[in-house]
Amino acid sequence: MSSHTSALNFRRVFIYAIMIFLGLLAILPIWVMLVNATRSTEQINASLSLFPGTSIAHNWKALTNRGFQIQQGFSNSLFIAVLSTILGVYFSGMTAYGMHVYNFKGRRYLWALILLIMMLPATLSFIGFYQFMARMKLLNSYIPLIVPTIASAGTVLFLRQYLASILSLEMIDAARIDGAGEFRTFNTIVLPIITPALAAQSIFSFVGSWNNFFTPFVLISDMKKYTLPMLVQTLRGDIYRTDYGGIYLGITVSIVPIIIFYVIMSRFIISGITMGGVKE
Amino acid sequence: MKQKTLSNEARVNRWGYFFVLPFIIVYFLFSFYPTIYTFMIAFTDLKGLRVNFNFVGLKNFSKLVHDQYFWGAVRNTFIMWSWNFAPQLGVALLLSIWLSDIRLRLKGRGFFRALVYMPNLLTAASVAILFRSLFYYPVGPVNQFLMNLGIQANVLRDGVMIREAFNFFRSVAGSRGIVAFIQWWMWYGHTIIMLMAGITSISASLYESAVVDGANSRQTTWFITLPMLRPMMLYILITSMIGGMQMLEIPFLLTDMRGAPDFKIRTTSVYLYNMAFQGVNDYAYAAAISIGVFIITIILALFIFFFLQDRSDLKGIRHVKVAK
Repeated sequence: MSSHTSALNFRRVFIYAIMIFLGLLAILPIWVMLVNATRSTEQINASLSLFPGTSIAHNWKALTNRGFQIQQGFSNSLFIAVLSTILGVYFSGMTAYGMHVYNFKGRRYLWALILLIMMLPATLSFIGFYQFMARMKLLNSYIPLIVPTIASAGTVLFLRQYLASILSLEMIDAARIDGAGEFRTFNTIVLPIITPALAAQSIFSFVGSWNNFFTPFVLISDMKKYTLPMLVQTLRGDIYRTDYGGIYLGITVSIVPIIIFYVIMSRFIISGITMGGVKE
Repeated sequence: MKQKTLSNEARVNRWGYFFVLPFIIVYFLFSFYPTIYTFMIAFTDLKGLRVNFNFVGLKNFSKLVHDQYFWGAVRNTFIMWSWNFAPQLGVALLLSIWLSDIRLRLKGRGFFRALVYMPNLLTAASVAILFRSLFYYPVGPVNQFLMNLGIQANVLRDGVMIREAFNFFRSVAGSRGIVAFIQWWMWYGHTIIMLMAGITSISASLYESAVVDGANSRQTTWFITLPMLRPMMLYILITSMIGGMQMLEIPFLLTDMRGAPDFKIRTTSVYLYNMAFQGVNDYAYAAAISIGVFIITIILALFIFFFLQDRSDLKGIRHVKVAK
């Protein structure tokens, strides 16, 4: 019996060691980034350190003096992410509700279409998307970055599953008998009920938009309209070549908001992944 | 009563169209039409700043089939995806089994899971720039760390063997390894969460009856957990493969946006970008590339699906069907 327990204890120590190693591996790149964002370029090049320095103000100047419009990029990214999340989640909820409650002709085809869209890789439509946007004179506009989220197949799929498990049709009928219009029923009764699912989808939608690099990179050329990932991309250019303090600070600015957000919401986010992932 | 009277139910059901209309309009405008347009462009000679084009038949596709750079990019993509996926599934399987094991009673499981999932949410573009800086030659943090340990590269310079820092982005294996590592680093936490959800959904009565029959934890893992996780692993494999074939930001921003060294980390998506948005802006050829990648992805997905599905049927293992 005791040998059995000690074998179990040995295994436990072994597994803890691996967990600590992997945990450090997740943090270390971020930690080095944070530390180096506060050290001068000379210090960064001279030695590795795990303790912060005092050059953050200097690095900030080095970063912003070269046309790195952080505030601008930050508010551009925030604007796009907030708007596309609200639109995407609201209209996905509407679509899911329409498909769940009403038995209209062609509903099954629409369902098949949504499943098909899920399978198609985004790059397949990209060249056509770019050409179409160019012809519509929508380059350098945020419309191609925001409006397409209205048709987010994954969100619709998830919300419909959620609706099916939670919404009773009697409640909808009761609202109708009380004289509420169809859209009013949706806005005042259904939306509050599905808020947990909407919130979970909002997070992923927001993070997806915030992190999106490629679409804005191709469509937007006006520096004033750059999003944060596009700005970070400029850090690899020649003007920053030698200034690593500024580069680390620039990366930090784009990553830290998400980390803070995650620290606050991690429990909610992780349950959201499996909520969507397993049921799909 | 001019019109045919509709039943109350049918009239109410018509509201469904209004609810799904925004989705349908936006989908057709921003997704369906661009997809069709891509297919059309692939049969033209649309290039550069020109607006008009001629149809050229299958010219772009015959060029694609014989383009060694395209097949090189397919190979690069596949190599870097496999280097990331094998350890990703392996590590995630081990950890999800350990973390779900009641007998081990590990502490801090939730915290650990949250920690290793975190890189998944970070901006890929920023992560690429970060690792570019971390592996910087000759005095990036990784080289400084290796130097502290006394690990250096042997380099032949002017006929003399000298020891110096690693120039990671000059080495094919080094660059590919870094791309694969970043992908692994960003995704294995996600896979752990998916697998743990799969393990949780396995009925506890299976384990209970196995334990009654005298099975130890290795046997329950081998004969219950792994077979029951098969559909989930298949799902992870296929979604990871489809995603991996689209790999873009990391290999794009890690080196010179053209897949240096020697185009060896150039994925198909990076190649597509190089063709369409750099140099001569050959949109038609880029459209053909995206269709080619799409076809390859479908073939691979079907291959994986049938190969793995058949084997589990042959073994007669009862499996839960995956919805996709």
